[in-house]
Amino acid sequence: MQWIIDYLNSLGDSPVSLWIAESTWAFPALEVVHIFAISMVFGTIAIIDLRLLGLASTRRPYSEMARELLPWTWGAFFAAAICGSVLIMSRPAGYFENADFRLKFVCMALACLNMLVFQFITSKNLAGWDRGAPPVAARVAGAVSILLWIGVVYFARMTGFTMVQGGA
Amino acid sequence: MEGFAQWLAGTSASAVVQKTLWLIPLMQTIHIVCVALVFTSVVMIEFRILGYTKWGSVAETAHRFVPWIFTCVAVMAVTGSVLIIGEPTRSLPSFEFQMKMLFLAVALAFTIVFARSVRRNAQAWEDNSSARTAHSALAVVALGAWCAVVIWGRWIAYTVQH
Repeated sequence: MQWIIDYLNSLGDSPVSLWIAESTWAFPALEVVHIFAISMVFGTIAIIDLRLLGLASTRRPYSEMARELLPWTWGAFFAAAICGSVLIMSRPAGYFENADFRLKFVCMALACLNMLVFQFITSKNLAGWDRGAPPVAARVAGAVSILLWIGVVYFARMTGFTMVQGGA
Repeated sequence: MEGFAQWLAGTSASAVVQKTLWLIPLMQTIHIVCVALVFTSVVMIEFRILGYTKWGSVAETAHRFVPWIFTCVAVMAVTGSVLIIGEPTRSLPSFEFQMKMLFLAVALAFTIVFARSVRRNAQAWEDNSSARTAHSALAVVALGAWCAVVIWGRWIAYTVQH
């Protein structure tokens, strides 16, 4: 593992890292963009999850909703990932060793797995419930998704506390 | 405001919030989840007005998302109040916090006026309306006001001087 730490430490000496770490406005400005992006990611996923749970947008066909919303979800996720990567550059090794930060990525990995299971297994019979009440498997996928994304938000917020850098 | 913040910081309620370790992260997590839900709800309405999304009418989109905006803002008033009680001098006297509240009032005013207008005359908000350009401009301004709330809110954390 030491080689990873060494590599991340050398990354932390790069010009981008020094700029983020020393600038008074760069870190919060990137955080603001990150927040807008994750808001769209979380919000659009919540809309879809509530539809899968049969709790909201029940009159709207699932496939039509997914087609309209998911491009915005992915666009926002891409923006969040870029901003997040630059934020990490301020202290790469510090984030890597942070337990809350790792748990945030565990939650995201599980959310990704949940999405793949839904996409390639659960939604095979989508035609049967596209306009109606979702089956149990789809409801489970929606519930697991929303809980994991709340977990992502929680551990991300905790990372801010345990890293103790700049603002909290 | 500074004096009130000092007094609030000395109350036992403030001590309870500070000593209960799980309370602040829990309140902040709920607060952030609500920020995401409000922001996305606003975007869904504005995007429908602007024509970036097509499904349903403007009135239907408003009916779907406006209640989420008001409910989540109410929840954030509670979680935000707990956070203020825990650390009053961090927020209340802060210029950034005061600007956040100002823009929140503006953004809420836009939302309330829009909700009333679309409830009374749904037809006027549809795509073939003669006022579409004005509505699109209002949508952009309202979205800007909500963005300002988020930006000032995040900046509170970076100007603490106490």
